[in-house]
Amino acid sequence: MKQLMKGNEAMAEAAVMAGCRYYFGYPITPQNEVPEYMSWRLPQVGGVYKQAESELASVNMLFGAGAAGGRAMTSSSGLGISLMQEGISHICACEVPAVILNVARGGPAIGSIQPGQADYYQMTRGGGTGDYHMIVYTPGNLQEACDLIQLAFDKADQYRNAVAVYVDGCIGQLMESVEIQPRTPDPKYQDKPWAATGWDGKSRPKARFTSVFMDAAKCEAHNDHLQEKYRIIRETETRLQCVDTEDADIVLVAYGTTARICTSAKRMAEKAGIRVGIVRPITVWPFPYRQVQEACAHAKAVLCVEMSAGQMLDDVKIALNGTKPSYLYYRLGGMMPAAKDICREIVRLNEEVR
Amino acid sequence: MAVIYQKSAYLNDVKRHYCPGCSHGIAHKIVGEVLEEMGLLEKTIMVAPVGCSGLLYDYSNTDGIHALHGRAPAVATGVKAVHPDKIVYAYQGDGDLISIGTGETVSAAARGENITVIFANNSIFGMTGGQMAGTTLVGEKTSTCRDGRNPQVDGYPVGVCEMLAPLQGAKYIARASLHDVPHILKAKQMIRTAFEYQLNNRGYSLVELLCACPTNLKMSPTDACRWVGEEMTKTFPLGVFKEE
Ligand SMILES: Cc1ncc(C[n+]2csc(CCOP(=O)(O)OP(=O)(O)O)c2C)c(N)n1
Ligand code: SF4
Ligand SMILES: [Mg+2]
Repeated sequence: MKQLMKGNEAMAEAAVMAGCRYYFGYPITPQNEVPEYMSWRLPQVGGVYKQAESELASVNMLFGAGAAGGRAMTSSSGLGISLMQEGISHICACEVPAVILNVARGGPAIGSIQPGQADYYQMTRGGGTGDYHMIVYTPGNLQEACDLIQLAFDKADQYRNAVAVYVDGCIGQLMESVEIQPRTPDPKYQDKPWAATGWDGKSRPKARFTSVFMDAAKCEAHNDHLQEKYRIIRETETRLQCVDTEDADIVLVAYGTTARICTSAKRMAEKAGIRVGIVRPITVWPFPYRQVQEACAHAKAVLCVEMSAGQMLDDVKIALNGTKPSYLYYRLGGMMPAAKDICREIVRLNEEVR
Repeated sequence: MAVIYQKSAYLNDVKRHYCPGCSHGIAHKIVGEVLEEMGLLEKTIMVAPVGCSGLLYDYSNTDGIHALHGRAPAVATGVKAVHPDKIVYAYQGDGDLISIGTGETVSAAARGENITVIFANNSIFGMTGGQMAGTTLVGEKTSTCRDGRNPQVDGYPVGVCEMLAPLQGAKYIARASLHDVPHILKAKQMIRTAFEYQLNNRGYSLVELLCACPTNLKMSPTDACRWVGEEMTKTFPLGVFKEE
């Protein structure tokens, strides 16, 4: 059944319906409705809500709950995610499932509370130490955000890794019509013999979570193991949506709400007789490099549109690998690009590359 | 042949890396004895710190989780949320607990988390080579206060038990010392009480153990123990600070 819901509350409910039973978080706009919702909703289903004293604490509570075998999540916005970085690299190094929702605002630092996408580097490159990665989903609307939050829990279990859902504040704050279905946790990964549950000394190996290796060779071997996992994720977990890219002269690359605005810009530009395609990455780590290059094969130029100053453009350039000229249009600090401005950019670019 | 003494089933045979005279080994031993005597070994989940005792999960026959530096109370909070019926305890050094981890410590105590913290206070950052800690005594020489801790420059040591006891969520707060056998036996009794508090869902419990780090004190093990007994106890008086 479809309901009209505020984004943050819908995403929280979707998590509960996917079996999330533990939530740890610290208030920050524009995601406050997530902890508020969880605080009364989780006890109804036998779960636990904890208001942490900081994001440092919330990510480490998340780590503890995940290591103990719980289906757990946290949410925050850019600044709070900054404080979590050491914890995220530890979660990935210790191979603990965890789900992290970033409802992003304008940066840098405290920035603004309006929607932003400037946490792209933070989410895809991370600020924690070492060669770790988390899967990062970038839904384009609230329904997709709810579906991907639910998927995130299964992927976190499957790979025993942190999985992030990264939305701009627009998706968190707007009311939209959504359908939230219960999602049974994937039974393949629900047996967790590795979890810390108390050890009887015989029925399974001792549960042990650490990111410390006193011996560099052992540390390298652990890294190799992680890299092998990331290789499989890169090969199998990329997602994107391509619209009218086959015969487009100009291909727009955008994610989240920006991609939605690009759809209007595309319509406007088409009225002016320009063939426009849109590539929308739904995972930004792993980034769908090969698919983006293929989708741009026919284009004369590629225009990256983002609410950050060319952060995703780096990945688009890696994808294009010099095969096509790439351009950038952006707004910053919580300001959103307007469709007419993107359209003007498309028209200008079309002249330039003709 | 009759066995009259053996190490607790909590400890395995992995080679320890501790210096001669280090108190961490004694602390692990008595924690293990208490858990075994109380029949709790199989239901215990241990959270280890960053510091010299950071490899505790490899020395103990319990499930173990290594927390980042200072975050053990937050990790223990997460574990306990999932397993309220298990015994969850964090072992932390003074750098871990009262330098980098003050926020997590105070907040876990204030929330009244039903966890137990074993706090090994050796007045110094052992692992990183003997720098000043939140618990370094006034006048104590360390590698970052070479002429001795000077309150004018370095401020004062923190009494963790004194700080935590007034918090309503903190239910059992006690300080013992590991410098000689009678005190070790007293420490063991306090550790037992702390785990009983957790077992009976009474809330946050912490036992501070005054420990010797002979290496960084640059003393023999015997002198280091004497120093703990004679000097450390002046700044950190022993006893039960709260029992509620
Ligand atoms: C975030 C972070 N900062 C600094 C360190 C370096 N470090 C490792 S152990 C330690 C001090 C440990 O001292 P204490 O907790 O007193 O334990 P001890 O070795 O004395 O038992 C420090 C500063 C670290 N591992 N992580
Ligand atoms: S440096 Fe100090 S605390 Fe660390 S093992 Fe040696 S004696 Fe123990
Ligand atoms: Mg110390």
